[in-house]
Amino acid sequence: MTDQPIILGSVKKDTFLDKVKELLPDGGNLNLCLTCGACSSGCPATGLENMDPRKFLRMAALGMDEEIKKTNWVWMCTMCQRCIYVCPMQINIPQLVFNARALWPREERPKGILGSCDMALRNESCSAMGTEPEDFKFVVEDVLAEYQEAQPEFADMQAPVDKQGAEFFLNQNSREPVTEPDEMVPLWKILHLAGVDWTYGSKGWGGENYCMFLADDDAWKQITSTSAKQAEDLGCKTFLNTE
Amino acid sequence: MRKSYGDPIAEDLRFVVKSVVGEENFIDMQPNRSNNFCCGGGGGFLQSGFKDARLEYGRLKDQQIQATKADYCIAGCHNCHAQIHELSEHYGAEYGVVHLWTLICLSLGVLGPKEREYLRDDLKEVNVFHPEME
Ligand code: SF4
Ligand code: SF4
Repeated sequence: MTDQPIILGSVKKDTFLDKVKELLPDGGNLNLCLTCGACSSGCPATGLENMDPRKFLRMAALGMDEEIKKTNWVWMCTMCQRCIYVCPMQINIPQLVFNARALWPREERPKGILGSCDMALRNESCSAMGTEPEDFKFVVEDVLAEYQEAQPEFADMQAPVDKQGAEFFLNQNSREPVTEPDEMVPLWKILHLAGVDWTYGSKGWGGENYCMFLADDDAWKQITSTSAKQAEDLGCKTFLNTE
Repeated sequence: MRKSYGDPIAEDLRFVVKSVVGEENFIDMQPNRSNNFCCGGGGGFLQSGFKDARLEYGRLKDQQIQATKADYCIAGCHNCHAQIHELSEHYGAEYGVVHLWTLICLSLGVLGPKEREYLRDDLKEVNVFHPEME
């Protein structure tokens, strides 16, 4: 894509970079790049799609918005933030990447992420696998009963859903209840042995949030609010994010 | 962990891991802490469909893990677990990838036969709680 020489015209007003700067505290320091390359040299995504973080930032600074909008690389930066950590100016490149994802028409964003976000919006579980609240509750109760009986040392173990007033609210990655329910048990055992008063919620129990990865802010907020509200309604003091 | 809460909290987690596996069996990868590399499963990469790019991204992580010569890598979340598991197979080193809860319960002697999906043959039969559940 950038095999062509880069022609510098007068830099446009209201570029993508300008807009992102308005969104971020201190403008994400996006103007302060020294072009030292520390970000790129330690970024595992460097070289993918012929791109790296410094180059991405330079392209944005040069107002190359069309290229920024097109590159698949925005889906290959994991937003791990290592580049911010090593950058002498603490420049927030992952925020730039995140906002570049949002430039894509929603239906053209990667299908896997899009599908998982849409699944989570289907019901109040907010699970990327679309599992209904009743199905989650059924699996938890079923697995718990099996272990209470088969392992009498854990006959008193609990795995409550919607326990009013519990100290901790736990969420749960959907993979376990749906595909490997026995994997939920070790965590329950640890909580039981530690005497922790906890609960899942029938609403907002799904721990994963693909709408965030999709850069769909409204859907991201809807999912997070559903979880937070359920924890609040149950009177839980601490939200334990297990993801 | 370190991203949300910083290195000091990650240090508490190191204490847990060392207590569980024994100080002498814990090997930190290099670089570590905030200097560490992401495995490539995060940010939606795992579901984005760019598989070759994702495995290429993870090459660094795989090399780091292989350099420790450790038999198991503990993964902190599901994205990491799935990605590192795939790296272990793709690059051929075949180290195990486990959730921390598995090792905690194993060390407490309360890990049953059906809770060992991610243990390899070397630990599958060790200290099984209620083996009759099989
Ligand atoms: S590390 Fe920071 S200052 Fe250096 S090139 Fe990257 S963004 Fe610019
Ligand atoms: S946040 Fe993105 S650009 Fe920065 S180091 Fe991680 S993968 Fe690279």
